[in-house]
Amino acid sequence: MKVIKIDKAQFADGYKALQKVYKLFGPVKEKAFYNFKELVDGRQADLSFQNTRLSPKSIVFPQSEDMFTYTLDEASKDANQLKPVPEKNESRAVIGIRPCDAKAISLVRMNFDTQEYKDPYWLNLFNATTFVGLACDSPCQSCFCTTAGCGPYHEDGLDILLSDQTDHFLAKELTDKGAKLMKAAGWKTKATAGLEDKKKTAESKITAKISTDNLSGADTLALYNANFWEDASFACINCGTCTFVCPTCWCFDIQDEVHAKNGKRMRNWDSCMFPIFTVHTTGHNPRETKLHRVRQRFMHKLKYFVDKYEKGIMCVGCGRCVSQCPVNIDIRKISELMNKQASKNICAVQK
Amino acid sequence: MITYSNKIKEIAKRLLKECRAEMVIGFRKGSIPMMNEPCFVRTDEQADDLVWDSHCGINLANYLTSRDEKIAIVAKGCDSRNIVNHIVENKINREQLYIIGVPCQGMVDKRKILAQTEGEVLQITETENGQITVKSANGEKTFSKSDVIQQNCSVCIQPNPVLYDEMVADPVQGQTDIDQFADVRALEAMSTEEKRAYFDELLAPCIRCYACRNACPLCYCPTCFVDESKPQWLGKSQDIMDIKTFHFLRAYHCAGRCTDCGACERACPVGINMRILTKKLNKDCLDLYDWQAGMSIDKRPALDVYQTNDPEKFIK
Ligand code: SF4
Ligand code: SF4
Ligand code: SF4
Ligand code: SF4
Repeated sequence: MKVIKIDKAQFADGYKALQKVYKLFGPVKEKAFYNFKELVDGRQADLSFQNTRLSPKSIVFPQSEDMFTYTLDEASKDANQLKPVPEKNESRAVIGIRPCDAKAISLVRMNFDTQEYKDPYWLNLFNATTFVGLACDSPCQSCFCTTAGCGPYHEDGLDILLSDQTDHFLAKELTDKGAKLMKAAGWKTKATAGLEDKKKTAESKITAKISTDNLSGADTLALYNANFWEDASFACINCGTCTFVCPTCWCFDIQDEVHAKNGKRMRNWDSCMFPIFTVHTTGHNPRETKLHRVRQRFMHKLKYFVDKYEKGIMCVGCGRCVSQCPVNIDIRKISELMNKQASKNICAVQK
Repeated sequence: MITYSNKIKEIAKRLLKECRAEMVIGFRKGSIPMMNEPCFVRTDEQADDLVWDSHCGINLANYLTSRDEKIAIVAKGCDSRNIVNHIVENKINREQLYIIGVPCQGMVDKRKILAQTEGEVLQITETENGQITVKSANGEKTFSKSDVIQQNCSVCIQPNPVLYDEMVADPVQGQTDIDQFADVRALEAMSTEEKRAYFDELLAPCIRCYACRNACPLCYCPTCFVDESKPQWLGKSQDIMDIKTFHFLRAYHCAGRCTDCGACERACPVGINMRILTKKLNKDCLDLYDWQAGMSIDKRPALDVYQTNDPEKFIK
């Protein structure tokens, strides 16, 4: 794998070259915080950010996305027929995605790209996108990526990994897509040093942890019926904040909207924390209380997903839900409770 | 604040022991700086978790809705006004409640601290004389508390509980001569076009997580109008008209009921001041009916009574 040295002075030129070939996205500072935005009019990604408020998942999974359009006008020959929205497959690149968010995209892929089902909307955007990661040298206090199957220099889901070396970047080419982007930017100076030293330093800075070691062996029903859920879910107000800011949450809802005779079918992010997420047409709601809903969110991330895919937890430790939850529901605390409960179950079996 | 916390623990233990309450609703220490977690305690041991400091801005009245236990609840000024609302609106009975009143000295606005701190906030401490010291990745900085409290706290008219069974300390001196509505007057002075632009900009970052609605004790409808599906009133996409409709209609549903507790604004993950909408209606209620919500359990709300001398100028 090639490592290329990019002087910061060369960065702007590379950018210009890239903008001719790719639609670029990157972190930019909005009023009080950073978010990933399309970089229009030569705007550059602001790589001094620590973490963005929302995850970049919307680049491949927009909050609202049109799927079909139709007309109800009987006079039209196309009346009442669904027409797929044209594919968006122009080349795109995200500059500065954090390794945790990139890993999250590969977790989400397990849901949208399976043997049986291929989600065309997600896959089109995903395939059209090159992911240029930015290693995380000063992680936040609420990040726990190293115990969530990820890390500040993790490469899964990335095409290129950039490491900031004060006056230059080191860029590690990880895939062909990545090599293509480097070529388009004209960055080609071979580096002599690697990323290893900084990787070790960055990893050692992450002190927050999540405990998950007992979860995969645990008895699902015992966890489900554990008695800590009432206490753990009490504060939750069932907003969608934690799921909307989360890079690994993938749920959506399909809606039709008709204006006069023109309609469209679209999908919008949905959240298991909303009561209507599970309401049946009869009015019955199998997840009637917030206890049900909070338990669902954590059981999905920390148990069902773990068992179904055997690829660890459905969380990359980005810390967004921890810092954005208005009532301080903390996945690390919940996981600790689940993990402890799980160790009890294992002991009971062994006895 | 330590004295408040100790007193709350002591009262909670006594109430649980004497079976005056089955549970005590309060706050426990949060897992990150500037956050505490609403919680309930049922035992002596759990009561030791209860704390009070300047990060208890979530409105606990929200946790009372339609509960049937005998509950003791820790309440600052605005929480107590929302408890009054709840009693008046039959969401809880006065007899079920034991209100532990907290004279409030203002709640810290996390966003103000973050905006003025270089590097990530690691720790925050408060002294009795109103100084807040923030330790961040880049060093230490001290703020005067009055500069970093929530905007609604800086114009609060009722820091002491209006209704309580026991206080944790002597009442604090309330503020006099404050201009509660300067921001609303600025909004009122705008032209229609300016208002439209202002609202568009205000609400553009909204992700429709509904944390503002769900943090609000007033928003207890079993199914909110935005969630109705038979028929569906509102689109669910990021269309700005739908976003605005949600915010404006929700504000109207809070007219004459909002206590300006600030929980909605505090809860928003993207920092939107949607409170300006309810504040405008609070000002109208004050101007038109001399009404402020949640001040007494013996009065019917402004929009709930008819008087022959009610002003009608706004009916066009
Ligand atoms: S855990 Fe927090 S962010 Fe998530 S729904 Fe509950 S209150 Fe909202
Ligand atoms: S669950 Fe929380 S910490 Fe984990 S990936 Fe999602 S937002 Fe990040
Ligand atoms: S609308 Fe906002 S300020 Fe008013 S009572 Fe509800 S949460 Fe409090
Ligand atoms: S809390 Fe903020 S982002 Fe969420 S719905 Fe309310 S205004 Fe929108």
